[in-house]
Amino acid sequence: MKVLLSWLREFAPIEGDPAELADHLSDLGMAVEEMRMLPPLDGVVVARVAGLRPHPEADRIQLVDVELPGATGEGTGGALQVCCGAFNMSVGDMVPFATVGTTMPGGLVIGERRMRGQLSQGMCCSAAELELGADAEGIMILPSEFELGAPLMSQLGLAGDVLYDLEVNPNRPDAMSVAGVARDLAARLGVPFRIPAPVVSETGEDVSTVASVEIIDADLCGRFGVRVIRDVSIGQSPLWMQARLTLCGMRPINSVVDVSNYVMLELGTPNHTYDLALVPGGHLGTRRSAGGERLVTLDGSEREMLRGDGLIVDRDDRPIGISGVMGGENTEIGDSTTAVLLELAWWDRLSISRTSQRLGLRSEASMRFERGTDHELVPIALDRFCELLDRVTPGGVSVCRGRLDGRGDLPPTTRVRVRPARMSHLLGRRFSSDELRGLLDPIGLQCTESDDAAPRGAEPDDGALEVTIPSFRPDVVTETDVAEEVARHYGYQRLGRTVPRSPEPGRLTPAQRLRRDLRRVLVGAGLSEDMPNPFLAPDAVRQAGIDGADPVRLLNPLATEESVLRPSLLPGLIAAAAYNSSHRNDSVSLFEIGVVFGPPPAGDADTAAADTSAAAVLPTETEHLGAIWADGEAADAVHLTELIATAFGLRFSLTNANDLDGMHPVRAAQVLLDGQAVGVVGEVDPVVCERHGLLQRCAWLQVNVEPLLAAASAAAERPYRLVSTYPSSDIDLAFAVPDGVQASQVRSTLVASGGDELRSVDLFDIYRGDQMDPGTRSLAYRLRLQADDRTLTDEQVADIRQRCIDAVEHAHSAVLR
Amino acid sequence: MNGPATDTPASTAADVSPEALLASIDAARGQGLAAVAAAATSDELAQVESTLFGRKAALGQIKQGLGSLPPDQRATVGRALNEAQQDLRAAHAEAADELAASARREQLQREWLDLTETPPGPERGHLHLVTQTTERLEDVFVGMGFTVSEGPQAETDWYNFEALNLPAAHPARSMWDTLYLDLGERTELGDGEGGEASNVVLRTHTSPVQIRVMEVQPPPIYTICPGRVFRRDTADASHMPVFHQIEGLVVDRGIAFADLAGTLEEFTSAYFGKAISSRLRPSYFPFTEPSAEFDITCVICEGAGCQTCQRTGWIELGGCGMVHPNVLANCGIDFEEWTGFAFGFGIDRLALMRHGIDDLRDMYTNDIRFLSQF
Ligand SMILES: [Zn+2]
Repeated sequence: MKVLLSWLREFAPIEGDPAELADHLSDLGMAVEEMRMLPPLDGVVVARVAGLRPHPEADRIQLVDVELPGATGEGTGGALQVCCGAFNMSVGDMVPFATVGTTMPGGLVIGERRMRGQLSQGMCCSAAELELGADAEGIMILPSEFELGAPLMSQLGLAGDVLYDLEVNPNRPDAMSVAGVARDLAARLGVPFRIPAPVVSETGEDVSTVASVEIIDADLCGRFGVRVIRDVSIGQSPLWMQARLTLCGMRPINSVVDVSNYVMLELGTPNHTYDLALVPGGHLGTRRSAGGERLVTLDGSEREMLRGDGLIVDRDDRPIGISGVMGGENTEIGDSTTAVLLELAWWDRLSISRTSQRLGLRSEASMRFERGTDHELVPIALDRFCELLDRVTPGGVSVCRGRLDGRGDLPPTTRVRVRPARMSHLLGRRFSSDELRGLLDPIGLQCTESDDAAPRGAEPDDGALEVTIPSFRPDVVTETDVAEEVARHYGYQRLGRTVPRSPEPGRLTPAQRLRRDLRRVLVGAGLSEDMPNPFLAPDAVRQAGIDGADPVRLLNPLATEESVLRPSLLPGLIAAAAYNSSHRNDSVSLFEIGVVFGPPPAGDADTAAADTSAAAVLPTETEHLGAIWADGEAADAVHLTELIATAFGLRFSLTNANDLDGMHPVRAAQVLLDGQAVGVVGEVDPVVCERHGLLQRCAWLQVNVEPLLAAASAAAERPYRLVSTYPSSDIDLAFAVPDGVQASQVRSTLVASGGDELRSVDLFDIYRGDQMDPGTRSLAYRLRLQADDRTLTDEQVADIRQRCIDAVEHAHSAVLR
Repeated sequence: MNGPATDTPASTAADVSPEALLASIDAARGQGLAAVAAAATSDELAQVESTLFGRKAALGQIKQGLGSLPPDQRATVGRALNEAQQDLRAAHAEAADELAASARREQLQREWLDLTETPPGPERGHLHLVTQTTERLEDVFVGMGFTVSEGPQAETDWYNFEALNLPAAHPARSMWDTLYLDLGERTELGDGEGGEASNVVLRTHTSPVQIRVMEVQPPPIYTICPGRVFRRDTADASHMPVFHQIEGLVVDRGIAFADLAGTLEEFTSAYFGKAISSRLRPSYFPFTEPSAEFDITCVICEGAGCQTCQRTGWIELGGCGMVHPNVLANCGIDFEEWTGFAFGFGIDRLALMRHGIDDLRDMYTNDIRFLSQF
């Protein structure tokens, strides 16, 4: 929202340093995104074109004789001579003229110079060159009544003006107008604010004889004001109006459109004009569409209505406009229009919002209707339109007597009970009733002493006020909303700063702490953390060999490449490994701890239909640890499981498995924790690696984080086991073990049969070769035996040894070597 | 190699005159010294040692014969004998030291190492910047008495919007470009309507976690909710469809707007340092009232004004406000008894600011050359 300081001043005597005013605006919640001091344009004056001559040497430049009081030059009859590239002016036109020595807004200093041999003694300026408008093609033609030789900016009424670009929050419909901004700023500065009453001289016939209004759906339209203006001649609006509109971001079109936009910017009241001659009987009705109706709007597009859309219809119930969004082509104002039917309505916010969004027709007008306009301004804005159109039309217009004022459902006036104690509680500073009044009254929130003697809340009710909310603040509906107004006008920065203290100490949960530890174990093991995109292409899931999962799809993805949620961390991590490999970093090791997604938990039809809880409809989310070693081997991943186990006092067991998604067919295992599968370890399927352009082996580990951290959390409490002071004995056992038996199984058997005195089991040698029967290998274990309370005798050691041998031979068809 | 001197003249008992004994002592000493000098290794020296100082050694035998001399001559010869023995011991000790030193020199020469030739060993990995920043933020808030709460990334419409005072038709919903999940087929159980299909979104903020906390935990509540959030945004230098946010929630008796301002100020100086302070400006969010924008002193120019802060000296960090009574009511909390505040801001941007990274996308290329810098 752009506002000019000079325009604000038409509503309140706002004085002060423009930068300080900007601070006030920001502090009031209308953040100043840009503040522009309009260039003073010293040296740019009003001049008259006295003659036009062709340049003897150039086609694209002409010579202009410029008449300026007190200046003589090389031109015809002593006028100044200027070389000019524009051809839009005629002899007698008034133009802005930059005299020699002028510094232009862009920094250019105008000097006397020759162009193709002809002297140029200044410059005729376009609006763009003066930063007063967008037009860079032609020279600005000034009104003939401008004073010859006078400074341009003072003639335009823009001398010393400041343009603020404000960011207006959606809850501030009042700040979508010059008047509304002025009201807020005036309250902050403590100066009076008022909207001047427009002066309309009504010279035409009674409006009710030429127009009529019918509100068919009262919930759609709360108020429908109409005026009729005759003797309209469509022309250009005056330059001051064009300049204001241009500076505030609207393009000047013609006098009627410009006045319409001017009133909207000034009062926040969008309005629409019809050619009275094209509206049968001057009748306007408004109703909701039943759906299916068609209308060609002002932009030339045919629009189809849906049930509930707001329509303007003529006497024959024919659509001639979309309520609050856009008018129809069939009643559009044109050059031949002489009588204007002016509509100024108040629409249901949600209806406008729905229709404008659906049709993609969001405009300055619909934006204001959506936020909520002020229905009490309807008559004032109607009059302001007439006043302005009369002023800008040469010879004036004739305004019909009276206004039509159709009424539908308007929101009732809101009254809010405001307790000073509650305000103090919410804001952390004591406010008296008087202080509250002092802050609220100036912004139109009228305070009276409350006579309602029935306190309901927990706060004391002393000095409660009844605050009547004005129609321009539909956003204020509760006591809390009023608190924001109090805070805003008192000043957020002036409210105190206190720090509340939690009765409990701050802390991370055990799982949160352990997750941090886990990350550091991984980093210590040389892995770096990456964060791949959790959105994948469906194909990327298949490319990574994840065939078992049916990934959760996005309903409205930005692109197909990002249309499903990852069911595994493998696709992201292998893509990251491949990316690094393609950038000549072939052996990165990366990890991620992140969520993978699956379909909502399955239930049978009966319970699923009944269970509408969030857990039943949400996809499952599982936190995974994924680690990849480009150019790594299964042992790298297995070692990491051991490292994690050591770090957290856990023991994983592995079970070789050859049908795991994305994994190497014969180099993969499931990771088990207390017998429960919690992940996979091994190498990535070479086919998958190759698809990603990775020709080396890749090791892979995936672990479910939640059971891991739960076990780690429990293990963190493990009791101390006394270090035995008695000597220990080592025995070595080598078995010929069939290949079908996992080393981990032999180990488990040893542990189970060794008893309490077996303190450690280390697989220290593996041998495959000539000395072994085919299909077997030698596994050599070193067992350390020790008792807590005695030295083990040779017999006891021999006993345990035999027990272990018997158990392994029996369980695994193994033979002691 | 000199063998042991077992057949020296002194060993013959024939001539036992003092003169003859002195001459044999001298001769034995000379031979002994020569033998010590000739030992080239510690092994040889050890052999020499056994021939010089044992009972059967030349001097030892002379000593055994001393008893037959008269006392006055015995003293003279004894003294000479001792001197000779001392000379030999000294020579032996010196030779032993010398041999040990040279052996050590040889050993060291063999062991010489250029430590700068060491091949690279195991490397340490790196935590992602987002993790580092999140943990740093968590630490500050934990120090201020907050707990850390987590919740699902896919959420129902209720948790992401409705409970936050954003009913279905609320125009402010357009403030978030939301990604919806297609669970249609799977929720099409029973009546085949699949009504919830488009009701599941990827959370656009971590506010749903606040709702979940308030639903289960009676006040007082002091918690932060860091986590991953999603928007339907095309990636550019300052936007990613997937990014990270941290939100805070306090609900307690007597909580006021001043508590919000004070808490944010305490956080600001704890996280950014004493030179950086905070300010609040009025703003609008459906879930807070009063609402505010939360600015901090520009960390680049410390308030003097620079390009980063568009010469204002301030940087917009996030949004905050007093929890809207409707939100408290949606969670079953009596808003007359309990009041609260909430705040939120982006984590990714803080990481960029701290390290002078211009393009947010760089943080998500997973390029080891990026990751290994931090
Ligand atoms: Zn700065």
